[in-house]
Amino acid sequence: MKARVIVTLKPGVLDPQGRAIGNALSGLGFAGVGEVRQGKLIELDLADGTTAADVEAMCKALLANPVIENYRIEMA
Amino acid sequence: MKTAVVVFPGSNCDRDLAVALREVTGTAPAMVWHRDTDLPDGLDLIALPGGFSYGDYLRSGAMSARSPVMAAVVAAANSGRAVLGVCNGFQVLTEAGLLPGALTRNAGLDFVCRDVALTVASSQTVFSAQYDAAETIRLPVAHHDGNYAADDATLDRLEGEGRVVFRYAEPVNGSARDIAGIVNDAGNVLGMMPHPERLIEAAHGGTDGRRLFEGLMAALA
Repeated sequence: MKARVIVTLKPGVLDPQGRAIGNALSGLGFAGVGEVRQGKLIELDLADGTTAADVEAMCKALLANPVIENYRIEMA
Repeated sequence: MKTAVVVFPGSNCDRDLAVALREVTGTAPAMVWHRDTDLPDGLDLIALPGGFSYGDYLRSGAMSARSPVMAAVVAAANSGRAVLGVCNGFQVLTEAGLLPGALTRNAGLDFVCRDVALTVASSQTVFSAQYDAAETIRLPVAHHDGNYAADDATLDRLEGEGRVVFRYAEPVNGSARDIAGIVNDAGNVLGMMPHPERLIEAAHGGTDGRRLFEGLMAALA
């Protein structure tokens, strides 16, 4: 089984990389691009029976920093 | 004074830190590998060096903060042992939960590598006792992720409790409230982005960093 963990910066945490990406898109002529936020996608290949609670424990222990990041878990 | 420098894979200021400690204390520090689970007995100071441990994978300092040796470092810090984290060492201390907040990507996206002016915001710590309060000093910085971030309540508490030790006196990285270095609530753990170990003798272009180590020597030896 697999899980996907999507880690994003909390609202209000400055994301200069996202801003640079947004500026680059505007520079390429894409109109109407507002704020851009960059995050991370972590794909986990897991033993059968691993639960969302197990993955949540991984997020708290390592995968996300709760001071600056939120995370979302997708089990598949 | 008995000291140790923790070496992580990708540390690159460990030897600079060792030289500074040896020059000021007269005794070479123990170099402790990150996979060790025990620290030498009787340490007065544990120092976490700058560098790019684990290539800054996941987040700067995130992997190192979960290294085997860090359990011993956290236990020593909680028992009152002095712990100094410089640059990547500061990032490791926040990731390990020994200091609040986080070090995020520099606001300007640039890797900042130059001498910067700092204000000594508190001379009431064992790390900064040899500086005058409100004194301006210059130390080198060299980092990509030095933009200190924390919620307003944490920032207010750090300021209210006199735990901001160094502030940038010029624009550097977008750090909240110009924070360059903070201590924990007990005052025995300091994290700072600037590199005091790089300015300990005149040949380095200045000695503003030396006094940090001299202050520790006076307080702890």
